[in-house]
Amino acid sequence: MKLISVKQLQLSLKKNKLKFSVTVTLKKDVLDPQGKVVQNTLQNLGMDNLKSVRQGKYFELEVNDSDQAQAEKKVDDMCKKLLANLIIEDYKINKI
Amino acid sequence: MNSSVIVFPGSNCDRDIAIALEKMQFKNQMVWHKETKLPKSDLIVVPGGFSYGDYLRSGAIAGKSLIINEVIKAANDGCLILGICNGFQILTETGLLKGALLRNKNLKFINKDINIKVINNETKFSNKYKKNQVLNINIAHNEGNYFTNQNHLNELNNDNLIAFKYCDKDGKINEISNPNGSLENIAGIFNSKKNILGMMPHPERMVDNLISNNDGANLFSSLLK
Repeated sequence: MKLISVKQLQLSLKKNKLKFSVTVTLKKDVLDPQGKVVQNTLQNLGMDNLKSVRQGKYFELEVNDSDQAQAEKKVDDMCKKLLANLIIEDYKINKI
Repeated sequence: MNSSVIVFPGSNCDRDIAIALEKMQFKNQMVWHKETKLPKSDLIVVPGGFSYGDYLRSGAIAGKSLIINEVIKAANDGCLILGICNGFQILTETGLLKGALLRNKNLKFINKDINIKVINNETKFSNKYKKNQVLNINIAHNEGNYFTNQNHLNELNNDNLIAFKYCDKDGKINEISNPNGSLENIAGIFNSKKNILGMMPHPERMVDNLISNNDGANLFSSLLK
């Protein structure tokens, strides 16, 4: 049996992990009353040049995989199956 | 008639609906969400409440639970399915009913007795009502703002799949009588086969004149026919 140090083990685990962020927002044609209230409040605070605010959700996901394309496909599947409701929401995936 | 009520962590209208069903002579059973088999049922009710604390989106987590697979199978076999409030949200999350329920337009949780109009009274769920009958019924929700795409909205209208619309006490359907911003004042819809009804108002709270009124009772007696 090959013995490896804890540090090496941690390093190799880290290597096989990829981190992604997912942002879910309401589709353009869906009313976002929360975003609207935030927008109005910011404008009341004097932020006159503010044009619009859309509120959304942010997720950070760690995937056990070293192949980025494959991992991203998995995250995409997660978005479609649960994280976003495609009738009302759009999502964006970013590698972090 | 045999009925099953699905119970999730956070369901809170499950016992109300059970009492209503038993009062209307259904033989009812409660089914915990971790079960993988449904008892033989003519009617399955997905009750109101806050399943899984409304985490992620109302109904999103419950919509992926073990028992829901069985509910979907039963629905496809033609079993009658009734989703009330959070139950309606769960049914849209499973895809059994199209569309979605968004946050109320005024961003407030609304709990009050409102009026709805019976749009289609020729279904298993509504045949004891008169067409255009106005019912006084309770709503209690934060996400009741029904939304769907234009194609599906056309389908709802053309195929008579709208069950109820919010209205005023005289039956007028307008913006003032729309409590939550729902498209076209929609309060409840059927699937294309009309064996599934999802609705935000609570008929189970309206089956006893002593505590409210009796306007919800005909929904259950329709099913017994």
